[in-house]
Amino acid sequence: MDNYMKLEIPAKSQNEAFARVAVALFAAQADPTMDEISDIKTAVSEAVTNAIIHGYENAPKTILVSAMLLENRLEITVVDYGVGIEDIEQARQPLYTSKPELERTGMGFTIMENFMDEFSVTSAPGQGTTVTMTKIFGGVKAEHA
Amino acid sequence: MQVKLKTKGETLVVQMLGELDHHVAGTLRAEIDAKLSGDKVKNIVFNFHGVEFMDSSGLGMVLGRYKAASEKGGKVLACSLSPAVRRVFELAGLPSRIPVFGTEQEALDNV
Repeated sequence: MDNYMKLEIPAKSQNEAFARVAVALFAAQADPTMDEISDIKTAVSEAVTNAIIHGYENAPKTILVSAMLLENRLEITVVDYGVGIEDIEQARQPLYTSKPELERTGMGFTIMENFMDEFSVTSAPGQGTTVTMTKIFGGVKAEHA
Repeated sequence: MQVKLKTKGETLVVQMLGELDHHVAGTLRAEIDAKLSGDKVKNIVFNFHGVEFMDSSGLGMVLGRYKAASEKGGKVLACSLSPAVRRVFELAGLPSRIPVFGTEQEALDNV
């Protein structure tokens, strides 16, 4: 069952759908529920969109999307080498956005945190951003039961 | 994403088919704003019947139109949300501003 995938894409908005569908198809081998697939697609879309809009500010540079399946855990990592985040705590606040003029809602990190079982952000100004998030199929409670 | 816009009196109905993300949000925003900038239209009904996926970029587009319609004294309503779209809607607290209905007709009856 243990398996992994790696995807390298330029930061173009048409790759948002490609990335989320690719990870969802990879996840399908773990026999997830429809809700779990939907959660994964949404979380990946948020992370990749953030990399495009915030990380690279629409310059078509490289985004790395990888996923690793270990038993019932799917760990997804989305990496950009863009501008980075100065204040991660502020960025994680629901409804906070640095780009309100672009009709960003400030809900990206909130959605990733809510839709996945584990979530973390590593970033520094000029150093890019790495988002790591894990889905535990069957839920956290099922794993510890 | 395929979009069909139809006007019923002062209300613009937006029927969408496909996935509502950052890639399509900008185009959809421009199409709706073009209708909304006219004198007649002030309300919007978003029909999500054909939308199987929406993320926060879709939310931003809907919220932006809510602000634009509100400035004209209009209302924004939504209908036919799939469970996945409803979850994103509710996480962002949208139903307190944008009432959600089961069908397009119900939404139109409540404009």
